[in-house]
Amino acid sequence: MSDHNYTPKSKFGKWFNDRLPLLSLANHLTDYPTPKNLNYWWTFGGILTFCLITQIVTGLILAMHYIAHADLAFESVEHIMRNVNYGWLIRYVHANGASMFFLAVYIHIFRSLYYGSYKSPREIIWILGMIIYILMMAAAFMGYVLPWGQMSFWGATVITNLFSAIPLVGESIVTWLWGGYSVDNPTLTRFFSLHYLIPFLILGLVVLHIWALHVPGNNNPIGIDLKKPSNDTVPFHPYIVVKDLFALLLFLIVFAFFVFYSPNILGHADNYIEANPLVTPAHIVPEWYLLPFYAILRSVPDKLLGVVAMFAAIFVLVILPWLDTSKVRSAIFRPLYKQFYWFLVADVLILGYVGAMPAEGLYLLVARIATAYYFLHFLVILPVLGLKEKTLEVPLSLTEPVLGGSPNQAMARSKKEIS
Amino acid sequence: MRSLKSLLLFLVISIYSYNGTAAERSHELLSPGWSFKGFFGKFDRASLQRGYQVYTEVCAACHSMKYLSYRNLSEAGGPEFSVEQAKIIASQFELTDGPNSDGEMFTRVARLSDNFVGPYENIQAATAANGGAYPPDMSVLVKARKGGADYIYSLLLGYEEAPEGISLDDGVYYNKYMAGNKIKMSNPLSEGIVTYIDGTEATEDQMARDITSFLAWAAEPHLEARHKIGFRAIIYLIIMTVLVYFSMKKLWSRIESKI
Repeated sequence: MSDHNYTPKSKFGKWFNDRLPLLSLANHLTDYPTPKNLNYWWTFGGILTFCLITQIVTGLILAMHYIAHADLAFESVEHIMRNVNYGWLIRYVHANGASMFFLAVYIHIFRSLYYGSYKSPREIIWILGMIIYILMMAAAFMGYVLPWGQMSFWGATVITNLFSAIPLVGESIVTWLWGGYSVDNPTLTRFFSLHYLIPFLILGLVVLHIWALHVPGNNNPIGIDLKKPSNDTVPFHPYIVVKDLFALLLFLIVFAFFVFYSPNILGHADNYIEANPLVTPAHIVPEWYLLPFYAILRSVPDKLLGVVAMFAAIFVLVILPWLDTSKVRSAIFRPLYKQFYWFLVADVLILGYVGAMPAEGLYLLVARIATAYYFLHFLVILPVLGLKEKTLEVPLSLTEPVLGGSPNQAMARSKKEIS
Repeated sequence: MRSLKSLLLFLVISIYSYNGTAAERSHELLSPGWSFKGFFGKFDRASLQRGYQVYTEVCAACHSMKYLSYRNLSEAGGPEFSVEQAKIIASQFELTDGPNSDGEMFTRVARLSDNFVGPYENIQAATAANGGAYPPDMSVLVKARKGGADYIYSLLLGYEEAPEGISLDDGVYYNKYMAGNKIKMSNPLSEGIVTYIDGTEATEDQMARDITSFLAWAAEPHLEARHKIGFRAIIYLIIMTVLVYFSMKKLWSRIESKI
């Protein structure tokens, strides 16, 4: 893991480091050679780490005041909002923090898609990231259930009912998940338990994700392998640290606007109505970050196939490194892929929109077309494109054009595109 | 490339701005310009105090507000009654407490620390007394309705004669802002139903404003603190961002690369 041998200066440091090489680790993290051409899309890794820690810290405090019981949960949330000192602030940071977390993770994922960061030798980083993403969705879904409002209850009912689509054992599995014959107190308490557990699983996976990253090092906008350390890289500290901090602060300004000036805009009004098993809300919608998958689920007329399609939509992402056959990483040198990339972005946004709308008429038609295109992109376009596409010439290093390499059209173009 | 991007952008924006069929869209909500909106938004104390009067004299006949305590009435950022006034308000209510050391339940006068005493013993009693429609608890009502304060205000002023062709059952009223236009609450406000202590003329519009402001505060009692802290937090973040930006520029000036 370490790129060069490091010896602590002090005697105690050396003694300690020989027994537990924490200082070597700190040295590795500080010196870690990072491509100097990383753009701001690369700052979201640090932002996501911040989001995770924020969620854990605020969640820890909320758990001190929250009561996981069907009769008391809603009231205890109101107690936090009204009577706990700065309880409103902690809860709004936690609730909006979840949305900010997903905003950042979607940017992080789409950055990887654009610059081909999932490709060899970074497949394991990508797969770990996808597992983190799936766990995030599970944690967010269960967290949304905890206030025990109407959307909590009915969202939990709809999502857990998906498992009933499994042939033969489906119904039994749902009963097992609920801990009874409907979503009720046992469901709430187990969701709370799991909601508390998952963030720590994510934390562990984040450590692996970063560890796996530090083996090949960062990808970069040009998508070429860089010599490390070299003129093309800078030490992580202070260069990347200060840049990540700057980006994090900008992100926090947006975050603060949500928390302080429209803390409920991303939630659903119905969740301020206490859960009532006898009254079904007019439209049951999940939180915004799950809407594209919800749209895929509802676009298939058959329940089982709908569930299969939804899980397949995530699974195609997991196997993406092998679906994309192109050897060139960055979209900068892939003129056709770049267009299809933007089509995919639009497709996912459209899926997200129709996911929030009733599944009927024009919405349903759009959802079906967008779902079909989503799979077409990953299962047909990407594999074929990698074989057929004529890519632009890729430079050998970041400094190549400067050091009098042959005039390189691609490089000239890329400079314009990045800025 | 640029034209492709703008085409996609156009497609996404047009889909996002497509609002469904006209039938789905209800009437545009009324918005009287609330003092508590915006970056420095604060509640109008006098309006909150009048709003409490409307609540207690009109709404409280059917609607509970179980998450509020009498002490909240004297806390900063709310109606800010004096502690003495809040004590007097609390003392107008009685509740069942106990058991005492003899194991008996007893009735006592409410204190500042008690939650608002509701009109009914339980939801079932409330439902039975109101023709099968439970009058919702109003503690978080403003946050529990799409459109928030505007919606509540509009609803209170939205009672009309039912248009021709719509027949209403007994105890059902026509309201143009209610989903489905049918509501089981009769028009609660009529001119002069409340005689304001501060002498303000109790027009329907005035009462609708006051009660809505009061409910908005009840749903979000720390709104003023939130706005105040938020403003400071954002100013602080902006200053930090500028400082870090220049530190970054300075550090990266050693490296031949654009940041």
